[in-house]
Amino acid sequence: MEIFAIIISAILVNNIVLMQFLGICPFMGVSKKLSTAVGMTGAVTFVMVLATIVTYLIQVYVLEPFGIGYLQTISFILIIASFVQMVEIVLKKVSPPLYQALGVFLPLITTNCAIMGVALLTIQNDYNLMEGIIYAIGSAIGFGIAITLFAGIREHLDLLDVPKGMRGTPIALVSAGILAMAFMGFAGLV
Amino acid sequence: MNQKQNFTKGFIKDNAVFVMLLGLCPTLAVTSSAVNGLGMGLATTFVLVMANIVVALVKNLIPEKVRIPSFIVIIASFVTIVDLTMAGFLPSLHEALGIFIPLIVVNCLVLGRAEAFASKNNIVSSIVDGLGMGLGFAFALTLLGAVRELLGAGSVFGLSIPIFPTTEDGAPITMLLFVLAPGAFIALGYLIAIINRFKKS
Repeated sequence: MEIFAIIISAILVNNIVLMQFLGICPFMGVSKKLSTAVGMTGAVTFVMVLATIVTYLIQVYVLEPFGIGYLQTISFILIIASFVQMVEIVLKKVSPPLYQALGVFLPLITTNCAIMGVALLTIQNDYNLMEGIIYAIGSAIGFGIAITLFAGIREHLDLLDVPKGMRGTPIALVSAGILAMAFMGFAGLV
Repeated sequence: MNQKQNFTKGFIKDNAVFVMLLGLCPTLAVTSSAVNGLGMGLATTFVLVMANIVVALVKNLIPEKVRIPSFIVIIASFVTIVDLTMAGFLPSLHEALGIFIPLIVVNCLVLGRAEAFASKNNIVSSIVDGLGMGLGFAFALTLLGAVRELLGAGSVFGLSIPIFPTTEDGAPITMLLFVLAPGAFIALGYLIAIINRFKKS
């Protein structure tokens, strides 16, 4: 039951993009087309789950035993940055088709605050490793749902006659606001 | 470009939030009140200026290939300093900004200025650039925070401003939506539209 609550909360109630404002850059940046949105979701899911596992292990087995918790920010960002590099190299060698699909999105992920945010929130919420993994998967699905819905909306926005001053970013932000309003309906679910 | 233009470009012309759309995560997340927006803006300014200084100083010592990781370590050190200082002296603000303090490290604005400006310019220009871009960012966050606080809670910087009708016991009838998540997107969307309008004329 606990696990079910974590996953529903991460996907709908506390949606990482629309409610917690993590990962807004890719949300605004690569949501112009549905296909790129799906590719970005794949890359984010992959890195988010693995990065959460690695940072969790570092926190529990290195930072806490040695009492160097103040190095958290520095070590987490270094781990995530080098980890993304490593994933890129491994994918290139092991699975060229997957690399083709996710490759262009990987370098963008280092500065995606959703990855670092989920890693930090896993520690802050006192999750154990299993709950952390579930939370990361849920957050990644939530990211995917938000960005895919938004990409669909934006493809339609292109065809509409938007007032001149509102074209581009302003109307995209207002639509995102309405989408966030819809997600507010899930509040109190868990 | 002289130093004055270098300083003022961050406020309107190249404003990080309104024009370049950098650092949107903290912009949307912490601006539920003007004070939070200002606090976040100033914390980011400090990190930006200090990182620009160090990057400008060591730019010739760092090999080209490990440039980005080195910049990230420099930025992360200053973020840790801000994090611990704020936790010690301003615990309530630290509580309100929460996870977004350590996340300054992944704010594209800071790394962007280190890479695009400080690594190519001398130290004085880098300080001026950091101050200008940082204060421009703080200005944007404070403005957005003030608008949201005004519409959502009927006050600015905690001082109540009577623009809304009040109920019988004197509490203002406000648009609560604006201090919640959707209001952040909507308020920023309209602010950008208004600023685009002014830039054209």
